[in-house]
Amino acid sequence: MSFLLTDLTKLSLADARKGLTEKSFTALELTDAYLGAIEAANPSLNAYVAVTADQARDMARASDAKLAQGQGGPLEGVPLGIKDLFATKGVHTQAASHILDGFKPEYESSVTANLWRDGAVMLGKLNMDEFAMGSSNETSYYGPVVSPFRAEGSNANLVPGGSSGGSAAAVSAWLCAGATATDTGGSIRQPAAFTGTVGIKPTYGRCSRWGTVAFASSLDQAGPIARTVEDAAIMMTSMSGFDPKDSTSVDLPVPDFAAAVERGVKGLTIGVPKEYRMDGMPAEIERLWTEGLEWLKAEGATVKGISLPHTKYALPAYYIVAPAEASSNLARYDGVKYGLRVSGKDITDMYELTRAAGFGREVKRRIMIGTYVLSAGYFDAYYVKAQKVRTLIKKDFEDAFNSGVDAILTPATPSAAFGIGDEALAADPVAMYLNDVFTVTVNMAGLPGIAVPAGKDAAGLPLGLQLIGKPFDEETLFAAARVIEKSAGGDFAPKRWW
Amino acid sequence: MSVDAATVKRIGRLARIRIEEGEVAGYQDELNAILGFVEQLSEVDVTGVDAMTSVTPMQLRRRDDVVSDGGYAEKIVGNAPLTEDNFFMVPKVVE
Repeated sequence: MSFLLTDLTKLSLADARKGLTEKSFTALELTDAYLGAIEAANPSLNAYVAVTADQARDMARASDAKLAQGQGGPLEGVPLGIKDLFATKGVHTQAASHILDGFKPEYESSVTANLWRDGAVMLGKLNMDEFAMGSSNETSYYGPVVSPFRAEGSNANLVPGGSSGGSAAAVSAWLCAGATATDTGGSIRQPAAFTGTVGIKPTYGRCSRWGTVAFASSLDQAGPIARTVEDAAIMMTSMSGFDPKDSTSVDLPVPDFAAAVERGVKGLTIGVPKEYRMDGMPAEIERLWTEGLEWLKAEGATVKGISLPHTKYALPAYYIVAPAEASSNLARYDGVKYGLRVSGKDITDMYELTRAAGFGREVKRRIMIGTYVLSAGYFDAYYVKAQKVRTLIKKDFEDAFNSGVDAILTPATPSAAFGIGDEALAADPVAMYLNDVFTVTVNMAGLPGIAVPAGKDAAGLPLGLQLIGKPFDEETLFAAARVIEKSAGGDFAPKRWW
Repeated sequence: MSVDAATVKRIGRLARIRIEEGEVAGYQDELNAILGFVEQLSEVDVTGVDAMTSVTPMQLRRRDDVVSDGGYAEKIVGNAPLTEDNFFMVPKVVE
């Protein structure tokens, strides 16, 4: 292979890895290409909140030394972006919040440690919704991320989705070869769908949560966002694995996910849940969904109508469970141990002033809801009730899988990306929450889900489909997503304006 | 169920978030919108249904009750806004 240096950022992760191994270019050249692209794009896109250029070059040089000797891990020399939610030793880690002002952890998250073990290079930390609470990346203390996509004939800035908006924008705009992300209610899959990228939320327990800033511990999972299904599979193999430091980490062998990508869907049964056909669903989403099913059928899958009767209750149950867990997790930000402190007349005053100044509005709103539903007299009516509904949601999926369904196909989002500062969404908190209507069920049931680009809306904006799998059967999702990726055949790269 | 202004202030106090007088009405509207949205759960019959305690069918692992880590107080306090001799410093809490 021969590459112009300016083109290196356009390579898929798989091709970059190949080029590095074949010594077509060095890790330092690849890293410099990405650092240059970031420098040029970040003033427009705001995808990175910290760029670790010196560290990136040091890591790249170390990779080059290994590659020169024919050594190195599966991601040796591959430059990645890291969501600001992952603790990175000695490096900016603030969950895009003011309350973690200046925080530089003394430790490394297990997921990022796995990536460095496998040879990856860290380019920097990626913007996100504050504490991963949001669907548009507008709640970040560092300001919104701007999507690399614009509607045809328009100069209006669009959101990249959230909460992993920086991850999705950076991957889509060639500012990293792949990125880590996290998903509590759709925060990997919705931004992936908005930016024409591939994002997978693995089964709960697949990736360690240790060292990842906690939002809602029973729902949070890390996963990759990448430009192709194969790239996502390669990254996920490295990110996954048992970790004794996370008590919910599952002690199962990690398959070579990339080996499953070309497995095809012949003989698989794909479920189509009737409850996801919502009133007022845009015709282009409906068409995309039908098309996706046709593609899978053409490759030998059988399509079967199924019912997941408690679907509509997933989002309301989520908006009890997630804020409740968040109110508990975020109690640690008190102005004493790390981050921001605002002095007060006594310790309670200090707590209250610190938290009022340090948290943004959306985070405060969710802590307040969570505090309320956990408070005396309301716990059973809200929290316990929601956890019972969650049992029913999970049972719906179990019934579908027990009836012979191998994976479920749904739209990833109810629409394409919307504008930054959308007034109707700002006026009604619940309207923004509805972005996660197709994705949140998967977190509530702990299942794996992947979003894959499948088409475009009338304005040329990417649209994604979601595949939901059985617990720990991410391999089927990669195989089916690959069929959709190939069949869609589209070019999901943004037209550069930045 | 809906919250009134006094409840908003009480929740703010429980959550240790200062809610200024001018913010109460805004929070009240937002919290009531969300509580109104979750109200639809009352339609669901959960008779005989267990509340979920683990989304994966596994017991939380336990480790031996022994010291496995530690001995680096200076790192623990390394990010604190105010420390002295590896202690976190806070305003006086005992008279």
